[in-house]
Amino acid sequence: MVKTLFYFIIFPGFLFTALVGLLVSWIDRKVTARVQWRVGPPILQPLYDFVKLLGKETIIPQAGSKVTFLLSPLFGLAAVTIVSMLIWSIIISPGKTFLGDLIVVIYLLTIPSISVILGGFASGNPLASLGASREMKMILAYELPFILAIFTPVIKSQGIIRLGDLLQYQWANSMFLNSWSGFIAFVVAIICMQAKLALVPFDIPEAETEIIAGPYIEYSGAPLALYKLTRWMMLFVVPMFLVVMFMGGILFSGWHILWGILKYILLLVIIVLIRNTNPRIRIDQAIKFFWGPMTILAVLGIVLSFLGK
Amino acid sequence: MNLKLKALTKSIWVFHFASAPCNNCDIEILDALTPKFDLERFGILLVGSIRHADVMLVTGAVSHKGAVRLKRLYEQASKPCLVVAVGSCACSMCIFRDSYNMAGPMDKLIPVHAYIPGCPPKPEAIIMGVVKLIKALKKG
Repeated sequence: MVKTLFYFIIFPGFLFTALVGLLVSWIDRKVTARVQWRVGPPILQPLYDFVKLLGKETIIPQAGSKVTFLLSPLFGLAAVTIVSMLIWSIIISPGKTFLGDLIVVIYLLTIPSISVILGGFASGNPLASLGASREMKMILAYELPFILAIFTPVIKSQGIIRLGDLLQYQWANSMFLNSWSGFIAFVVAIICMQAKLALVPFDIPEAETEIIAGPYIEYSGAPLALYKLTRWMMLFVVPMFLVVMFMGGILFSGWHILWGILKYILLLVIIVLIRNTNPRIRIDQAIKFFWGPMTILAVLGIVLSFLGK
Repeated sequence: MNLKLKALTKSIWVFHFASAPCNNCDIEILDALTPKFDLERFGILLVGSIRHADVMLVTGAVSHKGAVRLKRLYEQASKPCLVVAVGSCACSMCIFRDSYNMAGPMDKLIPVHAYIPGCPPKPEAIIMGVVKLIKALKKG
């Protein structure tokens, strides 16, 4: 009982993910600043932002629905915490896996986006509704190629849907990234991850210059802090999920730990570079992009994996 | 100094309200956010929604129509929210003092915490104004 609580609240669960998420979001901001030839914020900046938001007044809009408005940030935070706990407990001891935890993780990774939609619609603000409806379209757009890409490793390993067994399969053979089908699926998954994290080419739901902050527009104080924290944690958890799926996870022995962390940093750098070198696209362009080229690529990956390439 | 105040002074999110200015002050505010001056190293960010803001920058002389919006925006902000008047128009109405459609000096409408005079003020002056505001906050 105490061990389970410790798992949930401290080590692979909430506290660990939140702290690493704060650090990672600082790296994101700092690298962005260096790309733009600036100095950038100090390392404690995300923590200051978070504490400041916790200390501010929380306003509930009169037109909104009070309970949904206040509860939806918690849904997203809880889902991200559980995903992080599942992934890390499997990385630390692959035997702790259960049948279908891959499907549970895919399912839970959608919940933060759904919490944003709920919160946006509950705010009673036209711009927030617009942002929430865009977020909904984004989920419809990127979920299809993302799931197709995630199922390529499953097909390559003859139908393993336990994360721990997938890891052990990769340690026994080689990581899925080393095959053609795995590589194609990995590229698709990276681009879908960018959309899942709502970063720049796909930050359509909260487009600052068009609809101000989208679903977050009416949020202030502690609920906004929770949303920010959820996004920072996602920036840590989703790349970690891809590292486990395609790059063989992190092996906890000696130098392999450093190598595993390097894999994550590689993904983070790719995310930050995509974010800094692209303009925002329109929602219809995003749907066309994901249902067209990306889905075709993902299907190609699946066909190749059936052929054993 | 308590934690809440320290976090507030380290992470100031700015909302920019242009009350019919000639846009010179707005350009200087944007200048202060460019890579040359880089206010993000002090944690200062420009936000689009007044609900997220800690500081409201007001430029321009407030007209009768603008006054209604200004008061409403100030009421919508989540407190503590500070108000900074940027430019001579916002500070003292400047040459529009005797104009028939002005609603009066801004500090008669909402509480103002800092004045940055100049027509337009240089980015250095704006940064200095923010630094003085932070120092005043720290003193309490």
